[in-house]
Amino acid sequence: MSTAGAPVVAPPARPRSSRRRKREGRKADRRLGYALVAPVVVVLLAITGYPLVYNLWNSFHFVNLSYGNLPRRFVGGANYTSMFGSSAWVAALERTLAFTGISVVFDMIVALGLALMLHRKFKGRGVLRASILIPWAVPTVVSAMLWKTMFDPRAGFVDYFLGAIHHPWASLTWVNANVFRSWVVIFIADAWKNVPFVAIILLAGLQVIPTEVYEAARIDGATAWQSFRRMTLPLLKPAIMVALIFRTLQAFLVFDVIYIMTGGGPGTSTETLAFLNYQTFINNTDFGVGGAMSMMLCVMALVVAAVYVRVLRPSA
Amino acid sequence: MTAARRRRLTPAKVVREGAFYLGCLVVVAISLFPFYWIFRTSLESDSQVAAGVGGSNGLLPSHLSWSAYIGDFANQHFQTPLFNSIIVAFATTVVTIIVASCAGYALARLNIRGAMAILAFVLLAGFFPVIAMIGPLFLLLKDLNLLDNIFPLIVVYLVYTLPISTWLLRNFFAQIPRELEEAALVDGATRLQALRKVVVPVAVPGVFTAAILSFILAWNDFAFAVSFLQTPGHFTAPLAIVTFGESQYQTFYNRIDAAVVIISIPIAALVLFLQRRIVAGLTAGSFR
Repeated sequence: MSTAGAPVVAPPARPRSSRRRKREGRKADRRLGYALVAPVVVVLLAITGYPLVYNLWNSFHFVNLSYGNLPRRFVGGANYTSMFGSSAWVAALERTLAFTGISVVFDMIVALGLALMLHRKFKGRGVLRASILIPWAVPTVVSAMLWKTMFDPRAGFVDYFLGAIHHPWASLTWVNANVFRSWVVIFIADAWKNVPFVAIILLAGLQVIPTEVYEAARIDGATAWQSFRRMTLPLLKPAIMVALIFRTLQAFLVFDVIYIMTGGGPGTSTETLAFLNYQTFINNTDFGVGGAMSMMLCVMALVVAAVYVRVLRPSA
Repeated sequence: MTAARRRRLTPAKVVREGAFYLGCLVVVAISLFPFYWIFRTSLESDSQVAAGVGGSNGLLPSHLSWSAYIGDFANQHFQTPLFNSIIVAFATTVVTIIVASCAGYALARLNIRGAMAILAFVLLAGFFPVIAMIGPLFLLLKDLNLLDNIFPLIVVYLVYTLPISTWLLRNFFAQIPRELEEAALVDGATRLQALRKVVVPVAVPGVFTAAILSFILAWNDFAFAVSFLQTPGHFTAPLAIVTFGESQYQTFYNRIDAAVVIISIPIAALVLFLQRRIVAGLTAGSFR
């Protein structure tokens, strides 16, 4: 890959000593290369590899700080059994899968529409792009608090607007009163923040499709829909794959927005796998069962990421 | 798509163009109107918020009051978490740029063995579930007596920033013509001199893009902060905001929203002035 930009020189014409110097230079380069690349590998191994191994160890041991300094004894698969046997975990798994499925499908469709809009050259494209980038760039605490405000019965725009048009839903409490309505608000806040990123990835995919393809399709008499179905979508497949996997992982690991908006409520009805894992670690200080939950999250994330790396072989 | 074709207006075309611009308007409204609404709410006084939107003028605040902003700083000491966030985000950005520039250059240029494997590992690390890190790191920080301290966050946040920055800079260095550097080497410069005098100046835009993205990613963290920080004086800004509404029996959204407006402003400014770079940076790491 990194030979792509090498200058074209004819080796036989060069004197021998120069060639040897070059070879030694290359060796020195390589040593310098390892030194330069070492920090990134060491840091990332330390902050991801260490937790992975520690979680694995914890998941087979009793590690719970709420019982004082009890020894961390080996318990076999007990943590995994109690995780799979816990109705809270199974319910969180179901919720998380449902949320992921609905979010990914909805977000991909909306993002594809946005990407097609942004792909057109028109006055005001910069404004459109900036206005969708801002929701992506702000912290989740902003998107969550902003939609919590919007849906608040007192301070919110939604109930105010519904009241102004005399809609029967005008005095509904949305967050933390009703399971379905809480999920609606979480879903909106999450999509509002994450659709733009997917749209930007798809836009980049659209921009690498050569325009000749469309010209050819038009000359052959294809309608706009036909050229979209037969040309754009297949050529966009790599970008769609990347966006899909990014978004799937992100939705599957949803945590911030749940914590900030509902805290898992009403009751435990908006607890997701990541949220439950956080509670098990930080509130229950149970690092054994928590470790088992984390291992499950890692395995599931790894399956998705493995597909991603396969799709995305790096090239110069 | 010739100029003549485009200029000819048919009724169908007018409708289609109208629908397109209407669609754009809807997107802009959905993206930005909520910001207007929280800005509006942040300008209300506590009593106005207690009265509810129905009691005020609705879309416009009935009279402007900066009391929520003043209260956030005077009573809630929002300056402390704001300052903590700035320190952590800035330090994370600096460390990221140093580490990722070195690695990006080496991976693009220095013919190291296993460059592919290293790039794949970096990418994979970027996908590591953040929640799966907090348990073990909590135990580690507890043993090291570093819980409730903002400085470990600088290291931990590298998991957000290093993967995308390393990829971005590696792709950026790969685009700089090799001849520039070779010429300097032929003129007798050492590899490091060539790097400093020739490559670095050309690489500035890429480094700048990586810095913006790193700052945004570090500024936006919530999961690590909520897991490791315990006392309000050590909170980062996003964490502090969540606790603002907690102590009252009624949620004063004006106070929360004033803080939300404050932490959104630097990010919105970055996006408005640097959107091209951000878009380029976001997509550089993803595929090509």
